[in-house]
Amino acid sequence: MIYRETGQFRTSYAEDQAIFRLRQDKIGIAVILAIAWVGIPLLADEYLLRAILIPFLILSVAAIGLNLLLGYCGQISLGTGAFMAVGAYAAYNLALRVPGSPLLLDFLLAGLVAAAVGVLFGLPSLRIKGLYLAVATLAAQFFADWAFLRVPWFTNYTPSGSVTAPRLDFFGWVVDTPLEKYWLCLAFACVIALLAKNLVRSRIGRSWMAIRDMDIAAEIIGIRPMTAKLSAFAVSSFVAGLAGVLWAFVHLGSWEPLAFSIDMSFRLLFMVIIGGMGSILGSFLGAAFITVLPIFLNQVPAMIGIQLSTAMVSHLEFMIFGTLIVLFLIWEPHGLARLWQIGKEKMRLWPFPY
Amino acid sequence: MAELGPVLEVLLGGLMSGVLYALVALGFVLIFKASGVFNFAQGAMVLFAALSLVRLSEWLPFPLAFLLTIVIMIAVAWAVERLVLRPLVGQHGLILFMATIGVTFFLDGFGQTIWGSNVYQLDLGIPASPWFLLENVFPGGILVSPIDVFAAAIAGSLVLALSIFFHSTKIGRALRAVADDHQAAQSVGIPLNQIWLIVWSTAGIVALVAGMAWGSKLGVQFSLSLVALKALPVLILGGLTSIPGAIVGGLVVGAGEKLAELYIGPLIGGGIEYWFAYVLALAVLLVRPQGLFGEKIIERV
Amino acid sequence: MALAAVPESPRESLTSAPPRRARRIGEVLLAVENISLRFGGVRALSNVSFDIRKGEIRAIIGPNGAGKSSMLNVINGFYHPQEGRILWKGQARARMRPHEAAKGGIARTFQNIALFKGMSTLDNIMTGRILKMRASFLEQALWIGRGRSEELRERAFVERIIDFLEISHIRHTPVGKLPYGLQKRVELARALAMEPELLLLDEPMAGMNLEEKEDMCRFVLDVNEEFGTTVALIEHDMSVVMDISDRVVVLDYGKLLADGTPEEVRNDPAVIEAYLGVSHG
Repeated sequence: MIYRETGQFRTSYAEDQAIFRLRQDKIGIAVILAIAWVGIPLLADEYLLRAILIPFLILSVAAIGLNLLLGYCGQISLGTGAFMAVGAYAAYNLALRVPGSPLLLDFLLAGLVAAAVGVLFGLPSLRIKGLYLAVATLAAQFFADWAFLRVPWFTNYTPSGSVTAPRLDFFGWVVDTPLEKYWLCLAFACVIALLAKNLVRSRIGRSWMAIRDMDIAAEIIGIRPMTAKLSAFAVSSFVAGLAGVLWAFVHLGSWEPLAFSIDMSFRLLFMVIIGGMGSILGSFLGAAFITVLPIFLNQVPAMIGIQLSTAMVSHLEFMIFGTLIVLFLIWEPHGLARLWQIGKEKMRLWPFPY
Repeated sequence: MAELGPVLEVLLGGLMSGVLYALVALGFVLIFKASGVFNFAQGAMVLFAALSLVRLSEWLPFPLAFLLTIVIMIAVAWAVERLVLRPLVGQHGLILFMATIGVTFFLDGFGQTIWGSNVYQLDLGIPASPWFLLENVFPGGILVSPIDVFAAAIAGSLVLALSIFFHSTKIGRALRAVADDHQAAQSVGIPLNQIWLIVWSTAGIVALVAGMAWGSKLGVQFSLSLVALKALPVLILGGLTSIPGAIVGGLVVGAGEKLAELYIGPLIGGGIEYWFAYVLALAVLLVRPQGLFGEKIIERV
Repeated sequence: MALAAVPESPRESLTSAPPRRARRIGEVLLAVENISLRFGGVRALSNVSFDIRKGEIRAIIGPNGAGKSSMLNVINGFYHPQEGRILWKGQARARMRPHEAAKGGIARTFQNIALFKGMSTLDNIMTGRILKMRASFLEQALWIGRGRSEELRERAFVERIIDFLEISHIRHTPVGKLPYGLQKRVELARALAMEPELLLLDEPMAGMNLEEKEDMCRFVLDVNEEFGTTVALIEHDMSVVMDISDRVVVLDYGKLLADGTPEEVRNDPAVIEAYLGVSHG
């Protein structure tokens, strides 16, 4: 089928405002969803699910969280890992200390706790701009690292400091095989992506973008900077917190504070920059790229006969990330998502480029 | 008097590491003043410089290795100016900041790829055994590490040299003009690109000195890059544009975190050195966003 | 919002406009009284008083650095004067922030365009409707109820402004990519979307060629006539000022030099001296 919009006339604003405007896009997303929900479960082996697809989906959710803040509202955060950690430990403590509470409710409440902490560390954003905010969010990161390591109440006084998630029981559906875990993460990713997309095409998303592009002009059209920025912190941290719960409960099973270190925060930042700031699709593309690259570096040189040490792979990873960040910022700040858009545009006009 | 001895010892140790924080913060301030770029890569530059020096001095006489490292740092400055800053000129500060995060990761990876990633001892010929001061005042005296004293001394002389450089040379005056107003400086014929190159080179040399000081204390290893993260709250405290601010901020953070560890640490589980500087900076941000010494930002519409 | 009565050009409108508008001009909408504004030691405004009446087009003129933009910034809540007060609809206004002024019905454009560069024309104008939308967070997130219906309603409203300002061809274009003249028009569209009672325009025609200026004049007059919007504008082009405004305030070195109809101001000896004595562009 050719990618064309010929003959597709949008006759109402509702059609013009739809997420997927072209019929081809609608079919495309339907195919992708069918593959994700049915195709992959039929074909994927346990390793693919466990090592690639589940982390990819969870990191996509976290990247959406950061993207809402950075890409849409223009507020940088180097502490996304901390907000994920808050979510994870909040869910752990809720499940532990409120026996019999539905797990899904614990998840959502944990997201709300993360949102509250996000707002707290977002408060300085009202008085300071961009770069200073990096420091404020780093403060969140270091404080969270310390708190979950040193305050034994959070880890229920386990001597090792490592905690284990309870059984994943959602109203009787016990999630324990990799496939079930994959479906669970996929469900979360789909729902969060849809909600995020709705938000960014609504009033609240526009007020975030207005603050991002020019805060002074945003004020003269009646946007309260405080409401806009703090709501971005709240929503972003809620999503990150939820991703943290999934990462801890579904992907890791048992974990230490190190699982949410500053390394995680930087990785998420890279996903957003490389995937595309201000794009929900970009969050998925960025997460995919950052998840797959290390695996690629580990396996491909070996296949063609080059033996790289683990340290070398990690250094290479650093260099590639660094280079890509700079290149994307220079050439395409909207990242892979924008490249995808350009590709589609070319296809729409093909074979007559003008 | 007996209890005062250990406290003084802690305070002195804190001030000494404060000087080292200040040294890293100084590199940030130089670059921020001249180019408005918040250079996250300063820490990576510290690591890169220290690694270069320590590995080169394995097969070169130390002075030669030192000079060669300076040349390498100037080359790094040149590459950053050419390949990263120039294409991004006029972009939002946030974009430039994120670009320097990219530079950070590249330099960390690149440095460890070519120089290796073990812990290397940097021996500057300073006695390792501690000195005991004021033994007649306090029982046992106050323990001071010669390396700390040495580091503080070079940091002090570097700050002095930079002040003279800024105030008494033609390049220094040009730098200050650029810091005040990019466009005005350009219109009186100060070439911005050259200035940036000079500033980044200077920051590279400051990084080398910081790397030597930290490296001789902790050994040259990846964690040097993380020292830079400690310099960020120092900057906030002192104000982004103030050299005296960087020094005072460094001392306050250095002494503050050691004393806080001593007095508050035991009450809430210890290890608060890890975040104390950040929370202090956060508190300052809320009360006085421009820092202790920074210029108040007046926003024009 | 019928466009039938749109005059062909601003020149043509002149013959008929003043008497027609004179009838529509109502009570005082906004009054500034004895405003003084200092930045450190620099006096930007000293003891300035004038008023803006409902339905009029009020011009603020003066040489560069006369304090015109500062005056708009005071009205708009960006600057807070050290002395004097502002009456909005007869009520003394407390110190307020720009977003509160917006809520009160004051919209503005800037001398250096202040659009949201990363957003499309449509989204930029839609931001002007933010104050009119009430959907709750959940309605927006789930795209249900008011979340959806308001988007459709406001989109329809915004489309009328897009038609009115003749920018429908650039609806989906990111504004950063538009030429200067069109950006100015989008900024006006965003201000209009707020349905303001008072519209402040800071040099809406600066840097435009003659044709673009004529278009802009026409839009300003149309806005004033069609919606009854009160307009206060800063402009350097004297012929434009004399043509479209009902009354003119002249500022010089932060002081009020003259205040009256274009005719009166043009013949004021102080104004003539200030303008002949000072070279300006």
